Amino acid sequence: MKFRTFSKITAAAVAALAVAAGSALAQTKPKVSFVYVGPIGDMGWSYQHHQGLEAIKKEFGDKIETNYVENVPEGPDAERVIDQLAATGSSIIFTTSFGFMNPTIKVAARYPNVKFEHATGFKQAPNVATYNARFYEGRHVIGLIAGKMTKTNTIGYIASFPIPEVVMGINSAYLAAKSVNPNVKIKVVWVSTWFDPGKEADAAKALVDQSADVLMQHTDSPAPVKYAAEKGIYAFGQASDMTQFAPEKHLTAIIDNWNPYYISRVKALIAGTWKSGDTWDGIKDGTVVFAPWSKSIPADVVKLAETARDEIAAGKRHPFTGPINKQDGSPWLKAGETASDKDLSSMNFYVQGVEGALPK
Amino acid sequence: MDLLANVLISAMIAATPLVFAGLGELVAERSGVLNLGVEGMMIIGAIAGFAAMLATGSAILGLFAAMAGGALMAALFGVLTLTMRANQVASGLALTMFGLGLSALWGQAYSGRSAPPFPRLYIPGLTDLPFVGKLLFGQDGLVYLSLACVAGVAYVLTRTRVGLILRAVGENHDAAHAIGYPVIGVRYLAVMFGGAMAGLGGAYLSLVQTPLWVERMTAGRGWIALALVVFAAWRPLRVLLGAYLFGGITILQLHSQALGVKIDAQLLSMVPYIATIVVLVLISRDSARARLAAPACLGKSFHASS
Repeated sequence: MKFRTFSKITAAAVAALAVAAGSALAQTKPKVSFVYVGPIGDMGWSYQHHQGLEAIKKEFGDKIETNYVENVPEGPDAERVIDQLAATGSSIIFTTSFGFMNPTIKVAARYPNVKFEHATGFKQAPNVATYNARFYEGRHVIGLIAGKMTKTNTIGYIASFPIPEVVMGINSAYLAAKSVNPNVKIKVVWVSTWFDPGKEADAAKALVDQSADVLMQHTDSPAPVKYAAEKGIYAFGQASDMTQFAPEKHLTAIIDNWNPYYISRVKALIAGTWKSGDTWDGIKDGTVVFAPWSKSIPADVVKLAETARDEIAAGKRHPFTGPINKQDGSPWLKAGETASDKDLSSMNFYVQGVEGALPK
Repeated sequence: MDLLANVLISAMIAATPLVFAGLGELVAERSGVLNLGVEGMMIIGAIAGFAAMLATGSAILGLFAAMAGGALMAALFGVLTLTMRANQVASGLALTMFGLGLSALWGQAYSGRSAPPFPRLYIPGLTDLPFVGKLLFGQDGLVYLSLACVAGVAYVLTRTRVGLILRAVGENHDAAHAIGYPVIGVRYLAVMFGGAMAGLGGAYLSLVQTPLWVERMTAGRGWIALALVVFAAWRPLRVLLGAYLFGGITILQLHSQALGVKIDAQLLSMVPYIATIVVLVLISRDSARARLAAPACLGKSFHASS
C-alpha cells in the first residue's frame, strides 16, 4: 500500500517534471558546452580553448548559456562526461582533445539532435563536425627561428604522444630549421603526457644535458620555458604566450586562437545553419598567431620569420614542399609537390634527418 | 662522464618529492593509519608553499607553510577517521579530491606567476670537483634534508622509545591501549607528520623542481608515493632506494630517448607499478613474511571501549 502510494506520487512528479522540462526546452536559450582535457589554468592548450568560451560569452551575452568541464581524462570517463552534458540540455558540445574522438562519436549517435564539435580528430558524423588548426604552419616559422638561433646546432623537442598532429609539428620544425642551418639536429623526447610540469621539466633537463640550446614543446605546461630561463637558453611557448615565464629567453610562441572559429560556429547554431564538416584553419584565418618576437631575435631573423609567415598566409609557401624523403630514405614528396591535407592528418613517420625512432 | 653525473643529479631531483611523501606515508602507516590522500596533501603543500613564498619572499617560510598546509589536511583526515572513525580508504580518496579542488581554487591567483630559482649548495673546491662535485655537494638543500629525514625516521622507528610506541600502536592498538599509550594521540601525530612531509614533497615540485604553480602539478606522484611504501615493505631505507629507482627510471628513459636509444616510454612508465605488484606478490607469498611487513592494524579503526 505504502509502496503503491509512493510510486503514484513518483509517477505524478516525473510527469510534472517532464512537462516542465518540455516547456522549458521549447523556450530555452542554446547551451554551449566545452570539455577540456586539462585544467583551464594550465596556461596552454585548455586555457586557450577556455579563452574561446570567454569570447563566445562576450559575443553573445545572455543569448546563450554556457558551461564547461575541465580535467576530463581521455578514455571511458570522457564518454560519461559528454553523455551527461548531452543529456542535460546542451545544444552544442565542443570536445577539445584528440582522445575524445571515439567517445564523442559514440555519444553523438545517441543524441542526434545535439551538435558536437571535436578538435583535432578525423571522424565526422551528420551531427559531429571536426576542427583543427594548421599548427604545422606555425612550427615552420619557429623552426626557422630555432635553426638560426641555435649555437650547438641542437634543437630539443618535448613531445607528448605520437599522433599525426604532434609528428607533423616535429617534421615541419625540423625541415624549416634544416633549410636555414644544414648542420642542425633535432632531439625528440616523448613524455607520454599532455600535462605533467615535473616530467616536462625533467625532459627539458635531459635535452639541455645533451647539448640542446633551443627548446620546443608540444606539451601544455610552461615548465620547460621556465627551465630554459633558469639555464639561460632559448625556448618557444606552447599554445599561449608564455613570455612571463622567461622574459629574456622566450623567443615567441605559437598561440592557438580559437575565438573566430568558436564564434562563427555558435552564430551558425543560433541561425540554424550549422552543418557538419571539417575545418582546418591556419595563419591565414587568424587561428595560428604568434606571440611578439623576442628582442633577442636579430632583425634579419625576424624578417625571415615574417616573410615565411606572410607567404604561408598568402598561400605562396607550404611547409611541406618536396623533395622530401621519409626517415628510412624512401621518397615521400617529389620536387615541388606539396603534402595533401589527407597525408598530413594521417602522418605517422619522421622525415629524413630526424633522429630516433617514432614510438608506435 | 658529465652526462652520467647529470643523469644522476636529475634522478635525485625527480626522486626527492617521492622520498618526502613516501617517508611521511610510511610513518602514518606504521602507526596503523592508511591515508590515501597523499596526492591531495602534496598539492596543498605545493600551493601553500608557493603562495607563502611569493607573499614573504622567503623560500624557507614557503617550506614551513607547505608543511603546515599538508599537516592541516592530515589533521582533517584525522578528525574524520580517528575521532569520527570514518572509513580510512574512502576518507583518503575524498581528501585527494578535496585537495585537488581546493588547490585549484586557491591557486587561481597564482597560475602564471613564477618563483625565483631555489639556491643550490656551493662549497668552493668540493662543488667544483669533476663528476662527484655537483652530485654530492651541489644539490639544493632539500635533497640533503630528504636524506637526513630518511636517516632520522629510520633511527627513531627502530632505535627509540617513541618509535617503539608508534610501532606498537600500529601492530596491536588494543594491547598498546591496555598498556596505557594514547593510541589516538599517537596516530594523530603520525598522520600529521605524514601530511607535513607530503606537503614538503609538493612544495619541492612548485618551489624547486619546476619552479612554478600550475593546477594538478603533482600529476599522480602521490599515488606513486603510496605504491612506494608497499614496495619498500614499510622500511625507510627501502623507501629511499625505491624512490631513487623510480626517479632514475624516469630520467633514464628521457635521456635514452634524447640519445636515440629505443626503449618504449610507456613500458618504462609502468615500471614503478609493476615493481610494486611484484613486491606485493613476493611478500604475500609466504604469510609469515607478510605479517612481518605490513603493520597488523593498518587501516583498522580504534575503539577505546572494545
